[in-house]
Amino acid sequence: METNTIMNSVSETVPVEDAVSTKAGGKQPLYAPRIPVYPKRVSGTFRRIKWIALTVLLGIYYLLPWLRWDRGPGAPDQAVLIDMPNRRAYFFFIEIWPQEVYYLVGILILAALGLFFATSLAGRVWCGYACPQTVWTDLFMWVERRVEGDRNARMRLDRKPFGLAKAARKLAKHAIWLVIAFLTGGAWIMYFADAPTVLREIFTLQASETIYFFTGFFTVTTYIMAGWAREQVCTYMCPYARFQGAMLDEDSLVVTYQRWRGEPRGKHKKGTSWEGRGHCVDCNQCVAVCPTGIDIRDGQQLECIGCGLCIDACNGVMDKVGLPRGLITFDTAANQQARAAGKPTRYRLARPRTIIYALLMIIIAGTMLWGLTFRTTLEVSVLRDRSPLFVTLSDGDIRNGYTFKVLNMTREARVYTVALSGLDGATLTIIGATPRDDTSAEVTVKPDSVGTYRLYVRLPRDRVTASSLPLSFVVTDQSTGTTALHQTVFRGP
Amino acid sequence: MPTKIEKDSVTGTHTTGHEWDGIKELDTPLPRWWVYVFYACILWAVGYWVLYPSWPYGRDYLRGALGWSMRAEITEDMAAARAAQAGIRGRIEAASLERIVADPDLLTFAIVGGAAAFADNCAPCHGSGGAGAKGYPNLADDDWLWGGSLDAIETTIRYGIRSSHEETRISDMPRFGADELLEPDEIDAVAEYVLSFTGRATDAAAAKRGADIFAENCAACHGDKGEGTQELGAPRLNDAIWLYGGDKATIVETVTNARRGVMPTWVGRLDEATIKMLTVYEHSLGGGT
Repeated sequence: METNTIMNSVSETVPVEDAVSTKAGGKQPLYAPRIPVYPKRVSGTFRRIKWIALTVLLGIYYLLPWLRWDRGPGAPDQAVLIDMPNRRAYFFFIEIWPQEVYYLVGILILAALGLFFATSLAGRVWCGYACPQTVWTDLFMWVERRVEGDRNARMRLDRKPFGLAKAARKLAKHAIWLVIAFLTGGAWIMYFADAPTVLREIFTLQASETIYFFTGFFTVTTYIMAGWAREQVCTYMCPYARFQGAMLDEDSLVVTYQRWRGEPRGKHKKGTSWEGRGHCVDCNQCVAVCPTGIDIRDGQQLECIGCGLCIDACNGVMDKVGLPRGLITFDTAANQQARAAGKPTRYRLARPRTIIYALLMIIIAGTMLWGLTFRTTLEVSVLRDRSPLFVTLSDGDIRNGYTFKVLNMTREARVYTVALSGLDGATLTIIGATPRDDTSAEVTVKPDSVGTYRLYVRLPRDRVTASSLPLSFVVTDQSTGTTALHQTVFRGP
Repeated sequence: MPTKIEKDSVTGTHTTGHEWDGIKELDTPLPRWWVYVFYACILWAVGYWVLYPSWPYGRDYLRGALGWSMRAEITEDMAAARAAQAGIRGRIEAASLERIVADPDLLTFAIVGGAAAFADNCAPCHGSGGAGAKGYPNLADDDWLWGGSLDAIETTIRYGIRSSHEETRISDMPRFGADELLEPDEIDAVAEYVLSFTGRATDAAAAKRGADIFAENCAACHGDKGEGTQELGAPRLNDAIWLYGGDKATIVETVTNARRGVMPTWVGRLDEATIKMLTVYEHSLGGGT
C-alpha cells in the first residue's frame, strides 16, 4: 500500500495485515484494507475474445463521434450527436425531439432485458466482456503490465523500497493512465458537441467551462475507476453483482470449477498415477490470473465477473500435465450435479425465463421499430383553454379558444392547412394565419421548429346542443400530403 | 441491546452482539476506500462552509469566501434573459402595432410575452384567460366598452379608465335614482325597455313608457336602440354581454346608482414594449375583433 496517510495513525494499534482478523477481546478496526490483486498474463480462447471485445468497443467509443452524416444545410453533420442546447438528438438518419424520449426509454428497457437475457443464458458475460468498467480496467492492466512487468515483477516492485527506478516506472504508468483517461473524458464530450470543433477549442483554450469541467470530471473518474478502484467497483459499488443471483438458475452457464473431477486436489509429480486423486494440481494459476482476485474453486460467488480467464489458465495447465481441458469451464449447476452422479447431461437454453426475456425484447424492439418506421415529421398538439371554458359573444354565439401547436420536424419551411371537422355550423379563426374559408386556414411553420397559434372556433348559440361537443382538427402538410388528426371538444354553457 | 460479541467461524469476523430469532449480525469492516470517501466528504463539507453561505449567527450569516448568493445568481440570470430578449423587444418597441401583428416572429413573441405580463398585472381583475368577472370586463369576447381595435386597446392600457392619469378615459353615467333624476317607477319602466332590446321584456306597457324616458335620458350615450357608443365608453345594451348583469334587478340597480369601475393607468409602470405586447395579446384574446 503506497498511500495510507489517514490510516497510519490507526494502524499503530491495529496492524493493517491484521485488520480483518480478530484478536481475542480486541475491537475490530473501522475498515478492511484492500487486498491487492496482481492479475497474471494469460492467453487462450477467452482472453482472445476479451481482446476482440475490447478493441471493438473502444474503437466504437473513440471513433463514433468522428463519423459524419450529411443532413443538409443548417443541421449538424455528426452521425451521433446529443445536442443539449438545441434539444435534439441525432443518430444517423434518426432525429429525436425531446417529447420522443420514449425511444430512450425503449433503449433502456431493451438494455435491461438484454442484460437479464444474457445473464440467464451464460452468467455475467456482460460484466466479463462488455462492461466499460471491465474494458477500461483491462486496458489499464495491459498498460500496467507493459510498464511494470507481469504479476511477479509487479509484486516485487511493490515490495521494494521507494527508489528512482521504482518512481520512474510508477510515474510512467500513471502518466499513461492519465493520458488514456483524458482521451476517454475528451471522447465523451464529443458526443455532445461537434467533435472537430470541440477538439480545436479544447487545445486552443477556447472551449466552454462546461466542456473543461466534464472532460476533467470523466478524466478523473476513468483514472480512479480503472486505475485504482478496479474490482472494488464490481464488488462494492455495482448493484448488478448483488442481484445477479435472481437472474441465474441451475440451467445458466456459469464459470464453474468441476469439483467432482478436481477433488481431492494436490500437487502432482510427473509420471505418478492420477488414480485416487482429483485432476486439480493446486497450481493456483486460476487465482493468479483472476482480475478480481478470487478462487473459482470456492464455487459461484458475487465477486466473479464471469470473464473466463481462469478457464484459459487452467486449460494451459491441463495441456501441460496431459489431462483433458475443461476442469474449469462454462457449465450449468444442473449438469454439474448430473456429471458428478454419472448421469446424462442436457442444456436447456430455451426455458420459460429465457423465452419470456426474448419475447419481451422482441415486443419492445418491434414497437420501437414500428414507431420509427411510421414516425411522422408532423405533430400537432391542441390545448383547449381552461380559463375561460367558453366565451359568450355579443350575438349569443359561443366561442372556444385553443392553443394550437404544429411541430415541423423537417429541414424546410412548410405550409399546413388546418381544417375544422365534425362540428356543423362552426367557423374557424387562427391568429396569424391566412384564412382559406370558414372552416380552414393556412399556417407557415419555419424549418425544425414549433409553430404556436391562437385558434378560435365559433358556433351559433342554437347549435350548442350540449355542454361538450366533439370536434377535430385535420392538419395537412401541403407539400407531402401528410395529415395529422387531433380530436378535442367544444364546450358550451 | 448487545448481548454477546463472538467471532464468526466462517468469515472470521466479530458479530455486533445483536441477535434476532437466532440471526446474528456480522460487524463486517467497511472497505478502506469507503472510509476514505467518508473522510473526504467531511473535508468537503468544511470547505463548503468556508466557500459558501453557511452558519447563521445573530441577524446575519457566514457569507462564504466566494461571495456567492442565490439572489445574485437569479439577478444575473434575469439580466442575461433580458439581454437575450433585448433585440426582439427593441424591434417591438420600434414597430407599430400593425407591423407587430403582421410579422410572425414579432406576433409570436408579443403573444407569449403579453401573456406573461397579463398574468402578472391584469389577471387579478380580468382573470387568467381574460374572462373577467362582474364589474371587470371580459377581454375574451367581442364586445368592447372603449373599442377593441389595437389602438383603442393600447390607449385603454396606457391611460386606464377613470384613473389618475390626465388623459384617462372617462365616462360618467348619472346616478338616476340616487340623485333623484328619475322616479323609481320610471327607472322600472326604463329597465323593461332595455330588456326589450334583447326580447326579454315581460311588461309591454311599462316598456312602452320606458321608451320615451330612454330617448330623453339614455339614448344620447347608449344610442336609440341601445347600440352603445365606444367613443364615450357607453356599453351596448342590445347584446348578450353584461358587465354587471343583465337581469332586471341588476339593470334597475345600475340605473339607480350608476357604475364607475376604475382601471389604473399603466404608462410609466410598464415599459413601452410590454404595453405593446399586452395590447397584441389582448387583441388576440378577443379573436382580433
